[in-house]
Amino acid sequence: MGAWVARNKWSVTLAAIVLVAAYIFYALSSGTALSMYKYAWSYAVPLVLCALVGVVGERSGVVNIGIEGQLLVSAFAGFFGAAYSGSLLVGMLSGIGCGLILGGFLAWTTVKWQMDQIIAGVVLNIVATGITSFYYKPGQVLPALMPHVSIPGLSSIPLIGEVFFKGTGVIALVAIVAVVVIHIGLFRTRWGLRTRAIGEYPSAADTAGINVIRMRLVNVTLAGVLAGLAGVYLSMDSTSSFERGMSAGRGFLALAIMIFGAWRPLRAAAAALFFGFVTATASQLQTEQIINVAPQLVGTLPYVMTLVVLAVAAGKVRAPGAVGQPFVKGDKS
Amino acid sequence: MSHPSARPEREPAEPVTPPAPPDSPAPGGPGDGPGGLLAAIFRYQSVVVILVALLGAMAIGAALIRYQGVNPWYAYETIFKQALFTSDGLTRTLAKTTPLILTGLAVVLPLRVGLFNIGGQGQFLLGAIAAAWAAYQTSALGVLAIVVGVVVGILFGAMVGSIAAILKTWRGVHEVITTIMLNNIAAGIVWWLVTGPFQAPNAGGIPQTHEIGEAARIPTVAGIPLGFGVAVVLALVCAWMLKRTTLGFRFDTVGKNRHAAGYAGIPINRVILLAMVFAGGLAGLAGALEVHGVMHHFEPAIAGTLGFDGITIALLARSNPLWTIPAGFLVGILRTGAAGLQFATGIAPEIVDLLLAITLLLVSIPVLGRWIFRSRAHKVSAASTSWGS
Repeated sequence: MGAWVARNKWSVTLAAIVLVAAYIFYALSSGTALSMYKYAWSYAVPLVLCALVGVVGERSGVVNIGIEGQLLVSAFAGFFGAAYSGSLLVGMLSGIGCGLILGGFLAWTTVKWQMDQIIAGVVLNIVATGITSFYYKPGQVLPALMPHVSIPGLSSIPLIGEVFFKGTGVIALVAIVAVVVIHIGLFRTRWGLRTRAIGEYPSAADTAGINVIRMRLVNVTLAGVLAGLAGVYLSMDSTSSFERGMSAGRGFLALAIMIFGAWRPLRAAAAALFFGFVTATASQLQTEQIINVAPQLVGTLPYVMTLVVLAVAAGKVRAPGAVGQPFVKGDKS
Repeated sequence: MSHPSARPEREPAEPVTPPAPPDSPAPGGPGDGPGGLLAAIFRYQSVVVILVALLGAMAIGAALIRYQGVNPWYAYETIFKQALFTSDGLTRTLAKTTPLILTGLAVVLPLRVGLFNIGGQGQFLLGAIAAAWAAYQTSALGVLAIVVGVVVGILFGAMVGSIAAILKTWRGVHEVITTIMLNNIAAGIVWWLVTGPFQAPNAGGIPQTHEIGEAARIPTVAGIPLGFGVAVVLALVCAWMLKRTTLGFRFDTVGKNRHAAGYAGIPINRVILLAMVFAGGLAGLAGALEVHGVMHHFEPAIAGTLGFDGITIALLARSNPLWTIPAGFLVGILRTGAAGLQFATGIAPEIVDLLLAITLLLVSIPVLGRWIFRSRAHKVSAASTSWGS
């Protein structure tokens, strides 16, 4: 622990400062602060999950531009699966299943067939838009609200417990767990070392006896589960409806967050929270009429922020070495 | 003219892509231009692949229509009849095709440089609203307001395109992310404008701008919208530019091998900027023509899915500017006929989105062959090397 803190002293210091500031704000006006933090977290949940999809994909050497499509189809399948079957569980499973299937599709076309990864992802997005807008039926409702739970013990921590563990959706909890698990997995396990190896220098990994193709296939496909969860969260938890194009660029925001987070799960989660907090602040200022900007323009804030963040961060972080390049066994690169 | 069947006598013995040794089709050698044997193989293959993809998409679409309880044959017949053989059907189809060709070109040009411009939608929207505003402000100029509107539309589209190019060359931010973000930003801006500063007070609360003057409307001559002529001419110009000018050679060289282009002294950043400015300008022009020729005002729904159809068209056209004309026409037919289809059978017009998506899927999966080939030949495929770096 001590060594970890020493290595990440800047991150830890920053996190501590942010935490103290958050508590001070909370002490000054607990109602406003709490509602803003909750808004920020609910905005950040799908972004965190999708950023993890991006991290797992790119750490294995596959660019996933198709997250947006995975998100949209999962939201669609989750909502209508639940609405038609009358069971939330069926909805969740079909959403996750769709994320998985699309992840598998992307993995297969890019890894097995070496289709250009960017084109494959964009095609996936367009297909997702086509399917969901054609089969969309207005006027459906969910059979019930998603269950919200409070974790005993953790939920009684002031602020942090109230935001993250009190009356929170299951998927939001999964997101927290996923961030931690994938972070530890990537940097502390054999799977993580191998994943980083095939994303950084696949031919060396291949020489060391790692099955690059299979590992990429499995990683990108399984990451689809997280995209599926994010989609389900979007249509069944944070709202209880599906609309055409409701993913609204979140898949791309997540990629920006991934870059901002330097391809590290914990930092990406922090970046997603930052995005969520800025959005929450903007909407709070809007409702209290402190600033008078048209809501349409406030709505573009996450996208403008993405451009700014990318312009600032892009030169400072380094992508995995082999990201975007198909691996061909025996082809030196 | 690069007609695909222009060289049937050079029909390849093996249409399957051979795993070419890495350095055999040397890029950039002027003698090994688009006329080479390998290019002929590609052209020959492309047409077959595209026809198969189209037929496959139609077949899958037929199954889906059948599943909706409608006779697919009747459905397709309705689409084509509505789009081509009704009194003003062909005119409407051509009017629809005009922006499609242009947004298709707006994807084709950057694709030749190795950039994937997903931002046609935003470039179109800002071009269109700028044109509508400028033309309304200058309606005293009569016909000249067309020129003003079109120029302003092109400039605004180009401006949006250049933002992505600058972020790309200056910071290495991938253009797919920036152009998507710019689409969303543009959508927010135009919504704000048409519900606020630019809203026509006499529109009864509908979010749209003032109607432009009568003289500023681009007419339809003998059933052909003049804008369509402009789009076709521009497709020809782009084809000529890519094939016969230094700039076109630079585009292709940068797209095929950025490192080689750099060694050859080609100003890569300037070429990238130019490609995106051209692309944005074309998409902005599409918006301006839509305002001047079809809608005569701006409303947010003006763009529909034009920007994204441009991607389908560009991939259908295999990034060949000339082929955007038939590809755009085909999409135009589907889009025009879909409205009639809903009237006749009750099938939602979004069936076209689905049909186009399936087509795109089938077309782009064999893009695989091409991209494998490219990436083997030049080691790094331009569309992906720039990711994140």
